[in-house]
Amino acid sequence: MDTKKLSYPYLVWITLTILVPMLLIFLYSIIEPGPEPLTFQFSLAHYLRALDGLHLQVLWGSFVIALASTAACLLIGYPAAWFISRLRARSQSQVILLLMMPMWINMLLRSYAWMTILSRNGILNSVLAFFGLPEQNLLYTDFAVILGMVYNFLPFMILPIYTAILKVDANLVDAARDLGASPGETFLKVIFPLSIPGIITGITMVFLPSMSSFVIPQLLGGGQFLMIGNLIERQYLLTGNWHFGSALAMLLMAFILLSVWLMKRFDPKSMDSGEGVIPW
Amino acid sequence: MLQKKPLITIRNLTKEFDGEVVLKGIDLTIHQNEFVTLLGPSGCGKTTLLRILGGFEQPSDGEVRFEGIDLTQIPAYKREVNTVFQKYALFPHLDVYENIAFGLRLKKVPEAAIMEKVNRMLSLVKLDGFQKRSITSLSGGQQQRIAIARALINQPKVLLLDEPLGALDLKLRQEMQYELKEMQKELGITFIFVTHDQEEALTMSDTIVVLNEGQIQQKGCPVDIYNEPNNRFVANFIGESNIVPGVMPMDLRVAFEGQTFHCVDRGFRQNEEVDVVIRPEDLQIVPEREGAFTGVVDSVIFKGVHYEILVMVGDREYVVHATKSASIGSKVGLFVSPEDIHVMKWGGA
Ligand SMILES: Nc1ncnc2c1ncn2[C@@H]1O[C@H](COP(=O)(O)OP(=O)(O)OP(=O)(O)O)[C@@H](O)[C@H]1O
Ligand SMILES: [Mg+2]
Repeated sequence: MDTKKLSYPYLVWITLTILVPMLLIFLYSIIEPGPEPLTFQFSLAHYLRALDGLHLQVLWGSFVIALASTAACLLIGYPAAWFISRLRARSQSQVILLLMMPMWINMLLRSYAWMTILSRNGILNSVLAFFGLPEQNLLYTDFAVILGMVYNFLPFMILPIYTAILKVDANLVDAARDLGASPGETFLKVIFPLSIPGIITGITMVFLPSMSSFVIPQLLGGGQFLMIGNLIERQYLLTGNWHFGSALAMLLMAFILLSVWLMKRFDPKSMDSGEGVIPW
Repeated sequence: MLQKKPLITIRNLTKEFDGEVVLKGIDLTIHQNEFVTLLGPSGCGKTTLLRILGGFEQPSDGEVRFEGIDLTQIPAYKREVNTVFQKYALFPHLDVYENIAFGLRLKKVPEAAIMEKVNRMLSLVKLDGFQKRSITSLSGGQQQRIAIARALINQPKVLLLDEPLGALDLKLRQEMQYELKEMQKELGITFIFVTHDQEEALTMSDTIVVLNEGQIQQKGCPVDIYNEPNNRFVANFIGESNIVPGVMPMDLRVAFEGQTFHCVDRGFRQNEEVDVVIRPEDLQIVPEREGAFTGVVDSVIFKGVHYEILVMVGDREYVVHATKSASIGSKVGLFVSPEDIHVMKWGGA
């Protein structure tokens, strides 16, 4: 049986749910309503508007916050992944399960939960007050947004790194020790370099949703024009300017693709063998 | 051979893996600059023994001493022992040069000295010019030779080699056997070499240790192991053998196939049941009436340097290696000289 044929329904599905909407967004971004009702004409005005200083600033701000979240995820995620990989096999799967469990809860609910923790009369301040410490105003700050992102996206960092560390051949660790490497040197010279593909995947998987997120900045950042995702959401749902929203979305996509492409340059595996390089 | 200092002493070494006893009380002394081969079938515990010496497994019981010091207290990375792993274990993220330089880098050897040594190692394993190649681009045999170079460059006191020639073709294998032996003599390194190829063991070793099911079956120099196998297992494992039941009516006499033969063995009880071992190349086909006993040629196979001839004596089959062929179905005599008859303790049916 030709297994290729089995993939046809999937291809149809992908076309309908991903390709067609993307094309529509692209289309929306390069047209504007014509003089007559129900007519359209080609226009780059939305892109020009999207590229003005104010909007680029939002894009840059989003980038900085996404970068900070990704860095925080990496700093927490790598040691966590390492720690999990050192546990006994049974405990490993239990910890992984624990890690995955919050992901079964809707992100909205999880962000609301953080709101009740961080808010002025929330759990955090109650605890601080109990110990006689000064009240902190954390909700509706960049810190709260980054915290929310780290909380939501950390598993996407831990899992690929954990998998990469597990995949490091135990014989290579033995070989390094055999050649005189202390445990620390073995980590630096063998385990860490071999886990870089996992780091790259983790960074990509955290950076992408952070960059385009709008729920978290909305709830924990107080719904200001904090991030590009909110700006786009607003164009579609509030302002009703789908054309400008689409242009912003295309801009964001281009930015993300560029970041991913740059990321891939650091992947030692895709450098020499050519496989895994995104073909654009 | 010179009287050598003992380097490694292993006493009653036992290793269990969750209830399964893999090494059952190994006693072994390994001397300085000795070429010791561990020989045995798959799963007999050769790799496990090496891994304990390398520091990758802890013994369940018994002791291992290196120059008199308890080895189990010393972590792998501090042992003056290097290993050529059965599965090469080369670092895929480093090129050939960096793989070989790995040990020297850790010792902070100056770059110029590293370069010189790596290049020398590469020509030793006949891979000059491979410095910048990536590991994944190498063939199995090339990887194996890089693994040997990576271990040897550290000039350890002991080199553990776990079937290091397994992936090589016959010609390269023989060449490397020779090279390894030369290196061992020249560098004065003790080699502990694992193989399940008996010919390799016989040609390279000073001492062969035959293992089966986690126990030492016999330890000795190649000639002794070949000529005087302790038991049926060794006789069968080292080369082909005809093993025939017999009895020892007295010292220097052994009876089998209804005849009494002169032999060179003594020290058995009177009329003790024994196994008689005769190597195929020690049996000669002679005209029927000149033979000590007679049989019928059952088959003849040409093997290159010799013919392998099966002779049926009664309902027992004898393997004979002869330079001349024989015609199938003909009656022939078989002759064996007294010094080629090896008597060993009866090993059961
Ligand atoms: N880590 C382990 N856990 C459980 N059992 C093991 C482990 N390592 C080895 N064994 C078992 O110990 C026995 C001996 O294994 P070992 O690898 O020493 O054999 P070997 O003589 O090297 O065989 P080969 O010639 O196939 O390499 C085998 O039955 C194997 O399954
Ligand atoms: Mg083995």
